Amino acid sequence: MNAIKFLFAAYIATWVIHASYIGTLVLRFRRLRQELQQLGKGK
Amino acid sequence: MKRLFPILSVITAALLAYALYQALVVAPTDALQGDVYRIIYYHVPSAWTAFLLFLINFVASVVYLIRRSPKADIVAVVSAEVGVVFCTIVLVTGPIWARPVWGIWWAPGDIRLTSTLVLWLIYVSYLVLRRFSSSAQTQMLAAALAVFGALDVPLVYFSIWFFRTQHPQPVIGGGGSMDPRMLHTLLISWMAFLCFAFLICWSRFRLELLKREVEQAHAMESLVGAGAAAKASMPLSRSSR
Repeated sequence: MNAIKFLFAAYIATWVIHASYIGTLVLRFRRLRQELQQLGKGK
Repeated sequence: MKRLFPILSVITAALLAYALYQALVVAPTDALQGDVYRIIYYHVPSAWTAFLLFLINFVASVVYLIRRSPKADIVAVVSAEVGVVFCTIVLVTGPIWARPVWGIWWAPGDIRLTSTLVLWLIYVSYLVLRRFSSSAQTQMLAAALAVFGALDVPLVYFSIWFFRTQHPQPVIGGGGSMDPRMLHTLLISWMAFLCFAFLICWSRFRLELLKREVEQAHAMESLVGAGAAAKASMPLSRSSR
């Protein structure tokens, strides 16, 4: 029964790492789009 | 192209869900390890995906060193970054699996574990170099580092054949046998992870294009600003003659 905890911990850790990375990608996209919009307004 | 991404996302989500079902429900329980062995369906496909991405990084880096192609440079940085994510998963799920099976989280000095950690560190250094160095030769230096870093990939893979290690022999081609249902589940998981990695790489590729567009816009703006300043100072320089 205790070993099951390790199985779920591994699966959850995998998706937490993937979700965190996707989250950083989304934030970087948002920041760059805002920067590009500001540059466009500056012209 | 814009329509293809959501379609591929749906297919990948379905494939990941199917792989999870296969891994937790359909695949038989291991006689020795019990259910904890099912970590293999995330640990091994992540490792194979990371190796494949590092191989792509190696090829793209060689192409960049030969042709100085910006697209090859983008492919190199994208594959390295996503490869590091998958390698991180290998390094996290490995100890979680080792604890109940070996009784320890990490085997210090074990060649397989140490070489995998070194591989991860090499590619993290590659990303740090790219992120924080603003030299004109950063891309070339990073490509050279990637070529040397790739040499660690075969060392990681073949270390369990040539050295005595705590890590078990490879699942495929290692001389051991595996239940066909387990192998089937493992291959489905790998396919799902490959599709997922492809989608992430696609997004990261678009992000890199956008980043370079912003950098170009900044450069143009500073050029225009410098031009305007030069123009404004012209009458002064004429009057000073």
